[in-house]
Amino acid sequence: MIKKTGNLNKNKIISRRLFVLIGLKIGLIGIVTSRLYNLQISEKQKYEVLSDKNRIREWKTPPQRGIITDYFNNVIADNQRVYQVHLSLEEVSNFNNSIFKLKNIISLKEDEIKKIYEKKEKSKPWDTLIISENLSWKEFSKLNLYLHELDGAKPVLSTSRYYPYSDDLVHVVGYVGDATSQDIQNKKKIEQNFVPGLKVGKIGIENSKDADLIGNHGTKRYEVNASGKKISEISYKQETQGENLRTTIDLEIQQLAQELLKNQAGSICVMDIYTGEVITMASSPTYDPNKFTHGISTKDWNEIKNNKLRPLLNKSLAGLYSPGSTIKPLVALAALEYGIIDTKFKVNCKGHEHPYELYGEKYHCWKKNGHGWMSMRNAIKQSCDIYFYEVARLLGVDKLSLIAKRYGLGSKVLEDFFSEEKKGIVPSTKWKKQVLEQSWYLGETVITGIGQGYIQTTPLQLCLMTAQLANGGFKIKPNLIYDKEIDLDIIKSKFESEKNKSVSQNILKDHKFKYYERLYRNPNNLKLVLDAMYGSTNEQFGTSFRSRHTEDKYKFAGKTGTSQVKRITDQDRELDLDLEEIEYKSRDHALFIAFAPYDKPRYSLSILIEHGGSGSKAAAPLAKKLIKKILDRHELREKIRKDLKNIA
Amino acid sequence: MILSTSLNSTNYSFIDKLKAVDYFLIIIVSIIGSMSVFSIYSTESGNFSFYTKNHLTRFLVFFSMFLVLSFVRVSFWFRQAYIFYIIGILLLLLVIFFGISASGSKRWINLFIMNLQPSELMKISIIVCFARYYHRIQSSDIQSYKYLLQPIILLLIPCYLVIIQPDLGTAILIAGSGLAIIWLAGLNLKYFIYSGLILLVSLPFVISILKPYQKSRILTFFNPDRDPLGAGYQIIQSKIAIGSGGLLGKGFLQGTQSYLEFLPEKHTDFIFTLFSEEFGFVGSMILILLYALLIYRIIMIGFFSRSFFAKLYCFGFASALFLYIFVNIAMVVGLLPIVGAPLPIMSYGGSSMLSIMLGLSIVMSCKIYSRDPIGS
Repeated sequence: MIKKTGNLNKNKIISRRLFVLIGLKIGLIGIVTSRLYNLQISEKQKYEVLSDKNRIREWKTPPQRGIITDYFNNVIADNQRVYQVHLSLEEVSNFNNSIFKLKNIISLKEDEIKKIYEKKEKSKPWDTLIISENLSWKEFSKLNLYLHELDGAKPVLSTSRYYPYSDDLVHVVGYVGDATSQDIQNKKKIEQNFVPGLKVGKIGIENSKDADLIGNHGTKRYEVNASGKKISEISYKQETQGENLRTTIDLEIQQLAQELLKNQAGSICVMDIYTGEVITMASSPTYDPNKFTHGISTKDWNEIKNNKLRPLLNKSLAGLYSPGSTIKPLVALAALEYGIIDTKFKVNCKGHEHPYELYGEKYHCWKKNGHGWMSMRNAIKQSCDIYFYEVARLLGVDKLSLIAKRYGLGSKVLEDFFSEEKKGIVPSTKWKKQVLEQSWYLGETVITGIGQGYIQTTPLQLCLMTAQLANGGFKIKPNLIYDKEIDLDIIKSKFESEKNKSVSQNILKDHKFKYYERLYRNPNNLKLVLDAMYGSTNEQFGTSFRSRHTEDKYKFAGKTGTSQVKRITDQDRELDLDLEEIEYKSRDHALFIAFAPYDKPRYSLSILIEHGGSGSKAAAPLAKKLIKKILDRHELREKIRKDLKNIA
Repeated sequence: MILSTSLNSTNYSFIDKLKAVDYFLIIIVSIIGSMSVFSIYSTESGNFSFYTKNHLTRFLVFFSMFLVLSFVRVSFWFRQAYIFYIIGILLLLLVIFFGISASGSKRWINLFIMNLQPSELMKISIIVCFARYYHRIQSSDIQSYKYLLQPIILLLIPCYLVIIQPDLGTAILIAGSGLAIIWLAGLNLKYFIYSGLILLVSLPFVISILKPYQKSRILTFFNPDRDPLGAGYQIIQSKIAIGSGGLLGKGFLQGTQSYLEFLPEKHTDFIFTLFSEEFGFVGSMILILLYALLIYRIIMIGFFSRSFFAKLYCFGFASALFLYIFVNIAMVVGLLPIVGAPLPIMSYGGSSMLSIMLGLSIVMSCKIYSRDPIGS
C-alpha cells in the first residue's frame, strides 16, 4: 500500500517533470528552427555568395597582341604559333622530380631552372607554371612522347610575338618581353589585363602603343573542389585581341635604308613634308627583337651591349650630333628673314692663309684654297664656312636660335611617343646663362653658324627641319602611326589659306606655332634658300653635285654636312690626312639633308653616318639611291592613301 | 535464449503482441532510415559505393535487430539492467587496453565484423541502469544523500572513461541523458542549481585540463573566423552549406559544398549540413518534425506504460534522443561548439546505429508488454 502510494507519487512527479522537459525541448527546437530560418532564409544570399566564392575560381587567359603593319599592310609585328610546355602545379606530385625529368627531355639550362624555381615560389598551388615558352618542334614532339611519365606537364600551342623582318625595324617597332612589376604598376592597362606570361612592349611602338596593342584578357570560370582541383568549366569570356596598328613606315624604303647603313653606325630618316608621316626611320647597327620575346640570353645581350657601334641607341631620335653645314640653309634663312643680309651680300673666303679672325681667334673654312667672294646662294651651294661665320656674327645667336627652334630643332619631333627621344640643344645666350651659368662669347656664335659648338640635333629633327623648309615653311605634325585625321588635301588647303594670310608684325618674335601654321615672314626668302640647296646638288661646284640625279623626275635638292667630333688643330690642317688614316673615333660625322622631287617637293630626308668622314662623300651618295626608291614608290603610296581615305 | 524467453511468455499471445507493436514508430524509423541512406548516397556524389553500401547494410541489420528484440520482455531488460551497465563499463575498460586509435583518440574495439564504439552502447546502458535504479526507490528517499551519491558515481565512471579516450561529445551526451533521468525521477531542483553553480565555479579548472584541440574548438565556437582554415573551417563551411541551401535547397545530389569536398566529416557529424544544403529549410523542418514525432511517440509509449521502469526508460530515452539530435544540429548550425556528436539514424556509424536501434527495441518492448507491472 505504501509502495502503491509511493509509486503514484512518483508517477505524478515524473509526469510533472516530463512536461517541464517537453517545454524545454520545444524551446530548444524553436531556437534551432529560428537559427535555420536565419541561415537559410534571411541570410541566404550572403551564404550563396560565399558558396560560389568557394566553388568558383577564375583563370585569366592571355590576350593576343594587335598586329602591326607598315603603310602598305605588310605585317611587321606578327603573332606566331609557338610550342610551349606548362606545368600544372596541382597535378604535380613531386616538383623536383618533374623538373629533373623535363630537364632531360627539353634541355633546360641551369639559369632557366633557377628562374623556374623563383617563379614557383611566387605561384599559388593551383597555378600553372610556364616551363618553356618556345620549344623547337623536335623538343615538342619528344615531350609528347614522354608525356605519360610527366604528371602535370602540358604541351601547349600558344602564340607569341614574331618580327618577320627581324632587325630592319627594331628601332621603330621595338620589342616585347615579360611584364615586370614596374610595368604592372605604371600602366593601368597592363595591371587590368595581367596574366602570368603576358608580354608587354618594352621600347618602340610596342611600348608606346601598349595600351592599344595588348587587348583584353579572357576569363575562364571553373568549378573547383576544396583542394582547388578544377571540376568543370562554368563560363568562358573570350579574350579579345589588341587593336591592329598601321604605321606610316614604308617597309621597302626602310629595308633599303638599313641596307645602305650596313656595317656603319648611322641613321636615315624619311618624311612626308605635308603629312609629317615618318616613312623611314632607320638606325644602324640593329639587333634582332625576336631574341627578346622569350628572354634574351646573357651571351646575346652582352654581344649587343658591348658592340662599339651601339646598336641599342636609336640614333634617329636619341643620337645627338652637331648638325654641321646642314644648318646653313637655316642660318641663311634667319639672316634673310631678319633683314640682316640680302642676296647681294658677299664675303671673301681667302683660304687657310687668311682665316676669319675675331678677337684674335682664327676660324678656318674647310676649303684650303678658299672660295673667293661668296654670295648667299654660292655660300650654301659650296658650303663656305667663312660666309656663315660672318652672317652668324651679324645675325646673333638668339635670332638664329629662335628660327632654328621654329623649324623643329631643340624639341622632340614625336613628342612623347618614344621615351628615349632626345630634345637636343639649340643654344642661346639665355640658355648658356641658365644651364652653364656662363656668359655667351661671340666666337661661339660664329661656330654655331656652321653647326658646330653647343648645338646638338637628332637626325629626325634635321629631317623635320628640311620638311618644313621644303613644304614652303609650314609647321607639320610628324607621326608614325597612320591617322585618318591627318588628310593630305586638308593640309594642302590649310597651307594655301595660311599663305594668303596677312603677316603680323610679331612673326619674327618668339611665339608658339600651331600645326600647319606658316612659319616665315617673306616667302621669297625661303625660295632663295631652297634654290641654293638645288644648286648644291645640281650645279657644278655644289657639294653634293656628284650624287645628283640627271633625270628630271628624280631631281632633288640637298645640303651636305660634315660635323667635327673634335677640334681641328693647325697640325691636323697641315697633315690633311685621308679618312682611313684617322682613328675611327676621331673621324667626322657625315650628314646630308635633302628633299625631292625638286620641282614639286614631297619628301624630305636626313642621313647621318657616324664617323663617316665628309657628308658629300659618305652621306650624299646614299640619298641618290634612296630618293629614286622613294619617288618610284610615290604612286603606290598615294594609291594606298586614297584607298584608306575611301574606307574611312 | 532471448527469443525463447519472449516466446515462452504465457501472458501474451503472439497475435496480441503483433497487435501491440507500434507500427507508427516503425514507419517513422524507416522513413528517417531511408532518408539517411539517400543522404549518405549523396555524400558519395551519387555513387552506390563503400559508405552507402555499408550504411544500408547496417541500417537493415540493426533495423531487423530492433524488430526482433522488440519482442524481448521488458522485465528481461529490467532484470539485466545492472549487467548491461557492467558490460558497458567492461567494454570501455577494454578500449583502454585493446582499443583502436583513429585521429588521436582511442574509442573502438575490433569485433571483426565491425568496430564497436562502447561509449555509444553506454548511452543506452546508463538509461536502462538508471531506470532500474529509480524504479525501486521510494520518492521520499530520492532526496537522501545515499541515493543521490550512488547514481552520481554510476554516471561519473563511464563519463570519465569516455573523456579519457578522449571523446568529450559522447561524454557530455552520456552525462546529459543521465542527468535527464535523475531529473525525471524527481530529484530536487536545488541540487541541479547547486551543481550548476559548482560547475560554473570549476569552469576555469575544467578548461585548464582540456586538450588543446578541445580548447581551440570552444574558442573557435565563439569566433569561427579566428582560424578560418583550421579549427573554424568546419563550422564556417557548414554554415555556408546550410545557408546557401535556402528555402528549398540545391536539390538532391546538387549540394556543391559537399560534392566539392568543402564539407568535412559529411557522412558523420555533418550529415545534417548536407541534407540541409540539398533540401533547404523545408527539408530540414521535415526532418526535425520526423524526429519530433519519433520522440513524441516514445513519450506516449512511456506514458501508457504501467511500470515506473518503462515510464522512466521511455522518458529518459526520449530525452537522450532529443539531446543527441539537438546537440548535433545546434553544433552544425553554429549554436554549439563542435564536440563530435552524431545525428541519430542519419549519421554514418555502426555503433551509433546499434545503440539507437537497441534503445528503440526496449521502447517497443515497453509498448508490447505495457501491461507488465514488473515486480521488484
